[in-house]
Amino acid sequence: MPKLPREPPAADITPEPLWLRRREFLKNAGAFTATAVGVGTGLALLGNRGLPRGPGAVAAATPSVAPDAGRLELAPAPATASTGFTTEEPKTPYEDVTTYNNFYEFGLDKADPARNSGLFTPRPWTVTIDGECNRPRTVDLDTLLEWAPPEERVYRMRCVEAWSMVIPWMGIPLAAVLKRAEPNSRAKYVAFFTVMRPEQMPGQRRPVLDWPYVEGLRIDEAMHPLTLLAHGLYGKPLLNQNGAPLRLVVPWKYGFKGIKSIVRISFTERQPPTSWNAAAPEEYGFFANVNPSLDHPRWSQASERRIGEFLRRKTLPFNGYAEQVASLYNGMDLRRSF
Amino acid sequence: MARPLPWLAPAVVAGGLVPVVELAGRAVAGGLGADPVAFLLNRLGLLALVFLVAGLCCTPLRLLFEVTWPARLTRALGLLGFGYAAAHVGFYLAVDQGLDLAATWKDVTERPFITAGAAAFLLLLPLAWTSTGGWVRRLGHGRWKGLHRLAYAAAALGVLHFYLRVKKDVTEPLAYGLVLLTALSLRVVDWDLRRRRRARAGV
Repeated sequence: MPKLPREPPAADITPEPLWLRRREFLKNAGAFTATAVGVGTGLALLGNRGLPRGPGAVAAATPSVAPDAGRLELAPAPATASTGFTTEEPKTPYEDVTTYNNFYEFGLDKADPARNSGLFTPRPWTVTIDGECNRPRTVDLDTLLEWAPPEERVYRMRCVEAWSMVIPWMGIPLAAVLKRAEPNSRAKYVAFFTVMRPEQMPGQRRPVLDWPYVEGLRIDEAMHPLTLLAHGLYGKPLLNQNGAPLRLVVPWKYGFKGIKSIVRISFTERQPPTSWNAAAPEEYGFFANVNPSLDHPRWSQASERRIGEFLRRKTLPFNGYAEQVASLYNGMDLRRSF
Repeated sequence: MARPLPWLAPAVVAGGLVPVVELAGRAVAGGLGADPVAFLLNRLGLLALVFLVAGLCCTPLRLLFEVTWPARLTRALGLLGFGYAAAHVGFYLAVDQGLDLAATWKDVTERPFITAGAAAFLLLLPLAWTSTGGWVRRLGHGRWKGLHRLAYAAAALGVLHFYLRVKKDVTEPLAYGLVLLTALSLRVVDWDLRRRRRARAGV
């Protein structure tokens, strides 16, 4: 008969209450971990909007069919300081320009346009030019873009939310397009309309703004050499999130004036109603010229954060283009006509 | 068994600090998006509001479902809310404003949304300071409770701060406001019921 091992001395036996607490400890540890993980996960889910989905986000949103894909042909820009056509300031990285912007047709978050614009088809595309002009027409975008040689313009972009970028746009002067239509003497303003495609633009399914988005300029602002109809940036065709295939760039005004995905341009005798102005007239004026001395009712416009920089910098009158455009507003009270 | 659910509050604190680790990791890896300053400010502010509102839901939950465990979380949630609020304010002062106190003063006095946020934070200071058991005894339970009702005012100002700064879509701040309002309503209803009961009992 094999010998049984000797019983351990009584002092070495774990007392029963303690042995039971071991089970309790394990149970508590499990509950602790599960709760902590649950709370942590909940908080992560709550807060992780606002970030691009990772480096693939831009590539994924690139339109698959872009007839003029690749580098755009450019005419050398008459780039002297006094024109304002370019700047020596460091450009905002392509990744930031294409993943951080407002385009409410694709969602309210600044990462939403890059995320939600994958289904948008920017070609084929026509633009209708009508209203107070002698030669109204609907023109294919590729034809329109041949009306003037494309230029690169490196502009500061100042958002009304007090952040800014420096973006190398490609485009043609708006004036070249407008002149083709021969505006008549009643054409005092120009209105612009974004395409209405709720099936491709999820933001348009919610009445956040009165869709389609409408913007407007006074005719002299529209004809100014700085005003650009852009079809590309960084030498590539515009991505959907940045307003493909055609958008407005008015560098001395807040960014919301730069209407995207334009399908119609209309000459009007009266000041056209514009989207943000209609939504909150006391906060967003028709002119929306960058003005550090006139604060937004809810936040200061005196300074801005340049994307990529840590500390705020001072905002310049007319976004630094006063030399070129201040004379457009001679005799106007810019505090009232804001 | 000493205290029931001894793991509960520590687990919520551990989970509640996960965003600190996550944000630090993102900051090191450059994963905070194009405007990291705005992203961090928004995240810290949102976390502060979430914990403050959650803390104020504890007593209503206890009353509504007649369970005691939520009461064990009130202090932890409140202090987490205060911690994130302090980080939010500190980040605003040090980085967003670059310690320019003149500009900050102008911001606080001229922008209603900053005024509301600053007021909310100032209200939280005495609450965090007197959050210990020692202070409950020192002040007396009644007075301590009275003082800590200020948490509702602080959270309401926090919601207002959020509401005023949103550009267009106010759904999210309104959602927090609705939760807060529901919690407060439950407290008022409970207070009224107890008052009537006392009146009937002729006390």
